[in-house]
Amino acid sequence: MSIVPISYYLVLSAILFGLGVVAFVVKRNIITIFMAIELMLNAVNLAFVAFARAHNQLDGLVFVFFVIVVAAAESAVGLAIIITVYQNRQTLNIERINLLKF
Amino acid sequence: MTLPFIVFFVCAILAVVGALTLILAREPIHSALALVLVMVSLAVLYLLLGAEFIAAVQIIVYAGAVMVLFVFVIMLLNAGVEERTDYSKLAKYAGLPLGIFLLLALAYWMFDSFIGKQIANGVGGTNASVSTRELSAQLFQKYLFPFEATSILILIAILGALVLAKKDE
Amino acid sequence: MFILDHLWIIIALPLLGAAINGLLGKNFSKPIVNSVGIGSVALAFLSFAELAREFAQLPAGQILEPKSYFTWITAGQFKVDFSLQVDQLTIIMLGVVTFVSLLVHIYSTGYMAHEEGYYRFFSYLNLFVFFMLTLVLAANVVLMFVGWEGVGLCSYLLVGFWFLKQSAISAGKKAFITTRIGDFGFTIGILLLFWTFGSVDFVTIFKHLVGAPPDAAASTGVLTTICLLLFTGAVGKSAQLPLYVWLPDAMEGPTPVSALIHAATMVTAGVYMVARMNPLFSRAPVAMFVVALIGALTAFFAATIGLVQTDIKKVLAYSTVSQLGYMFLGLGVGAYASGVFHLMTHAFFKGLLFLAAGSVIHAMGGDQEMPHMGGLRNKIPITFWCMLIATFAIAGIPGFAGYFSKDEILEAARSGPNANIGLWLLGLIGAGFTSFYMFRLIFLTFFGEPRYDEHKVHVHESPYNMTVPLILLAILSTVGGWVAAPHLVGGTDYFEKFLHPVFATYAPAVAERAPEALESPGMMLFHALTGWPVLIALAGLLVAWWFYIKSPETPKKLADSLRAPYTLVLHKYYVDELYNAAIIQPLLWISTNVLWHVVDETVIDGTVNGVARVARESGSELREIQSGNARSYATWVVIGAVGVTVLMIGLWGMVR
Repeated sequence: MSIVPISYYLVLSAILFGLGVVAFVVKRNIITIFMAIELMLNAVNLAFVAFARAHNQLDGLVFVFFVIVVAAAESAVGLAIIITVYQNRQTLNIERINLLKF
Repeated sequence: MTLPFIVFFVCAILAVVGALTLILAREPIHSALALVLVMVSLAVLYLLLGAEFIAAVQIIVYAGAVMVLFVFVIMLLNAGVEERTDYSKLAKYAGLPLGIFLLLALAYWMFDSFIGKQIANGVGGTNASVSTRELSAQLFQKYLFPFEATSILILIAILGALVLAKKDE
Repeated sequence: MFILDHLWIIIALPLLGAAINGLLGKNFSKPIVNSVGIGSVALAFLSFAELAREFAQLPAGQILEPKSYFTWITAGQFKVDFSLQVDQLTIIMLGVVTFVSLLVHIYSTGYMAHEEGYYRFFSYLNLFVFFMLTLVLAANVVLMFVGWEGVGLCSYLLVGFWFLKQSAISAGKKAFITTRIGDFGFTIGILLLFWTFGSVDFVTIFKHLVGAPPDAAASTGVLTTICLLLFTGAVGKSAQLPLYVWLPDAMEGPTPVSALIHAATMVTAGVYMVARMNPLFSRAPVAMFVVALIGALTAFFAATIGLVQTDIKKVLAYSTVSQLGYMFLGLGVGAYASGVFHLMTHAFFKGLLFLAAGSVIHAMGGDQEMPHMGGLRNKIPITFWCMLIATFAIAGIPGFAGYFSKDEILEAARSGPNANIGLWLLGLIGAGFTSFYMFRLIFLTFFGEPRYDEHKVHVHESPYNMTVPLILLAILSTVGGWVAAPHLVGGTDYFEKFLHPVFATYAPAVAERAPEALESPGMMLFHALTGWPVLIALAGLLVAWWFYIKSPETPKKLADSLRAPYTLVLHKYYVDELYNAAIIQPLLWISTNVLWHVVDETVIDGTVNGVARVARESGSELREIQSGNARSYATWVVIGAVGVTVLMIGLWGMVR
């Protein structure tokens, strides 16, 4: 067991996740919102690692590994989409990209 | 106050400061750099938790590749200060308070549910770090299929990114 | 016992005739339509004759069980079969119905010869006979009700036969709706009957009444209610007060229809029903009194209206209402056999009167107003003599059929077990009026100088197919009553003796009355010939003779001096206007303003449209959620996440 209680890590994870949610809702730049998603993923990774340590198991770490890989792939594709959107709409303000509406 | 605690709090504070900067920064590039700070401090925390391999992967892949990609895109698109538009009343009045509430609720929950439990206090087990050998043994035996699947995922992502970013000729 | 075992044949024959004529008759020539129509009824009559013969061969005192042909309804306890039964009452009714129907069918070939829709008429007539026979042969009250409703339907169809004539279709509707009111009471009566006795079969119900221990559920109060409810159906169908208003209007239909349905058969269904249910009525004295009271009042009331009518068919219509009243009077004072006897004799002479009136109308080229007639007796002698015989019968002149039956009823009202002097008085005065207006009809139509233009109207006697039924009915109007004749001189009333088992088998126990001292036959005959009914009948004849032969100015002078009562009676006491103002107009108002505007438009349409409107409007509100703004979408996700988190922490208590 780690000397620092696991719950501390979990609280930190929760705080980071919450901040990621706030950023996601508040910010207007698409790229910044994307970064908020990455922040949330990181917070979750922290929680996984903490639990892996807590239960003395490796499965949490493997999961973190996969999360990082998938996040990398996702950010690659996502940023490509953002570039395409910028080329079409000339703006990075998410509120201006609102054609898919009623 | 032992060393682990100090390291923990320093890194924790750095992470939180980085996250706040991400929210409060006006330029996207500042947000990106703040995110890098968050990732690095998290890597240290992983080390503190004994997950060396993950810490390394975090630095190499996340902070080293993904964030670089972000920075490149910001540079490419010349993303500047974003304009202050306010089209969504819902997001303005309900999003922020609820987000903060979610933060606090989760934090409280995490704190409250595990306090007094064995996990927090620690019974048995070692403080040793996990060896990469064990991790890779798990990865290539028990989790072989997801491993291979993710490799295909990466392939698809590459293809997707190529197709999307290609100029129409 | 062929027919006895296959009773359904009697019913099926006219139904077959109706179906053939109805479906295929359009393509048939007149002779074929005739043979199908008349043939089916003739076969039914022959079946009846055979049935009577077989019935006569049964050992005395044998009660026939009803024959069930198939189960019609089973719903839990409620079981109704298509079962038919025969007893003496049925035999009488069958005979009357089939024979008079046959004569009317033959008559119609002449009367309706020039009409459009000839085949339709015979189809409807056959259908009517089918329903009437079902009514009479039914062994349970639900099947009887089927026949009851069916004859109402046929009445509507036949009264409105000339459906392009507004007054005819209105009359048809009026007939159907007015009888419907009575049928509503009848239906409730059937329900109550089932609820009390657990069955609707006549035999089962009657057995419950006489069983020991006596059925506790069948208390007098319950029986009275049942009888009164059933009687409301009779009030409607048999045109008694206050639901008689449809019968005079029903004269819009062709005259054979009036003869068959509104004189001999359909309107007597109520009388038959009460006679059939006599075990119940005998145990409900209040109901009996109501029956007798309404009968007597109707007899008197309708007779007063008939005094001043000018349309020959309307006089006969009110006369029918009045005579039906006499039948109910007879039933109500306990003289069931007398009531049924009057039913039979009335079928003969009233049927004859209507058919003869049809003959007169045919001779006058369609004119029905008596003020336009006069002096016809030498021109249409057969019609005249037949009608005269029928008038003697209805007036109660001794020797003719009506005398015997009417005398029995009045005698029972005066001194029978349930006698009531008031009712007797009403009946007696009504009999006087009957005699008066019938002879008035004869004198106005057949005597005096012709009041019509002899060049415009060619009065001619009717062809054979119309006069032969008249003659046959005239014969029956004369001899039909003789079955009761010996009773006058102390002998047996054969009619009553024949029907005795029907009314005695389930009758409540009555205290034995001391037998009256018998006088000598001669004295009895003398009393019979000088009794009050005879005297008043002769008085009516004399007054009519005075008014219309001897001094014809008298009616006019009397009408002028009694202007107000005369106008009142001439307008039928304004009953129709009263009903219109009190019931029909409010009903129409309610239907339009309440039921249509409020219930239908506002409530029902409002609900249906409202549901659609809610769906549409809520949809249009909800649609706004998809604004295209990703931040609001994100906010919705956060809202959901917060909700789940709160649920998990707070409600599901996953904290500890």
